[in-house]
Amino acid sequence: MRVELWGVRGSLPTAGPTTTRYGGNTSCAAVRTDEGNLVVLDAGSGIAALGRSLGREERVDILLTHLHLDHIQGLGFFAPLFDETCDVHIWGPASPTVGLRPRLTRYLSPPLFPVALRDLPCRLTLHESTLGSFELPGVSCRAALVCHPGPTVGYRLSSPSGSLAYLPDHEPALGMRFFPGESAWTSGFELAHGVDLLLHDAQYDDLEYAGRVGWGHSTLGAAIAFAKLAGVRELVAFHHDPSHDDDYLDAFFARYDGTLGVPLTGAREGDVRVLGSSPLALDVV
Amino acid sequence: MAQREVELILVRQLASYLTIPIFVVDTKGTLIYFNEPAEVLISRRFEETEELALDEWSALLEPTGRDGEPLPHHERPLVCALEQQRPTHAKLLVTQQATGERLPVEVTAFPVVGQAGRDLGAVALFWTAPG
Repeated sequence: MRVELWGVRGSLPTAGPTTTRYGGNTSCAAVRTDEGNLVVLDAGSGIAALGRSLGREERVDILLTHLHLDHIQGLGFFAPLFDETCDVHIWGPASPTVGLRPRLTRYLSPPLFPVALRDLPCRLTLHESTLGSFELPGVSCRAALVCHPGPTVGYRLSSPSGSLAYLPDHEPALGMRFFPGESAWTSGFELAHGVDLLLHDAQYDDLEYAGRVGWGHSTLGAAIAFAKLAGVRELVAFHHDPSHDDDYLDAFFARYDGTLGVPLTGAREGDVRVLGSSPLALDVV
Repeated sequence: MAQREVELILVRQLASYLTIPIFVVDTKGTLIYFNEPAEVLISRRFEETEELALDEWSALLEPTGRDGEPLPHHERPLVCALEQQRPTHAKLLVTQQATGERLPVEVTAFPVVGQAGRDLGAVALFWTAPG
């Protein structure tokens, strides 16, 4: 499996001269399976550039963690949606009362967007029952609800070459007096347990978090503690706060001294991980 | 042990902040969490207690009606919540283990139905009531 990051920012795209090193696009990661199939994790603004980079794709699967705007705002700019020969499958959580199609249509319809979901030229299939395990071409997937406001899932992708957990918006420490606690009572644990690569929310520093408890995001410290509990091979801190520029993020990640033994990097647009090689291969495109 | 569903994790976290005894049970009635006020009621610390089957924790509480008559199985609030999938409220007497005292309580129990209609268990709140 080859994993490439196309958007690593949380909440709001932040293009500009102070975010060029980490990138300003919101959540999107592309997973190319060993057989060449494409699975896209979230459709933040980063998915637009991903779409422009693609050649002809027979099938694309887009796994949405939830429908907050920073995770779907790029969807209408994803080239395969406008290719009438492409099978596009969108997977995402329904709400208790509204299905995935009407929820997505709230964004992909006037006045917020000129093209309605039903008018997209591709061969579109929506899947709204994503809890549990399911198979995609070339990769096994598991989805489970995680702690974040509104219906939100995380994903675990597994293939013979490796495993990846994707929890871009996740607040497992919410309400816990001591974190981490027992694994059985930790949101997201089963998804992340023992994976080769964990992409995990690390939006806030401790001071910021104190004023934003319950907003659904983690501190870097909580992300590292979660990764340690889950025994992951590498943690990539993801979903950077839009107020954190490159210099801030350099200092933010430099403060981690590695004492918990969890290999950590701060996600940057263009980062690539190839699972199944040892040690994990890293390219920067 | 397998990870609990996130809805149950959030129920536990809320219960851990509240000041009345609260039990959380899974779909079989097994007691999977109780908060600090409930620890006082049954004289057991959650952190030091294995999961308790329905019969085991019922035996600790010895629930009866206010008249002292044994409560039929199907009238127990948590059993109603689990088996009939409906909220239930009842006035009971239960035993406080540390003292052996019979306490009047009002019990509210409700099923926990998660996303996509998943049946996850039930919660019982024990309101202490004037005798």
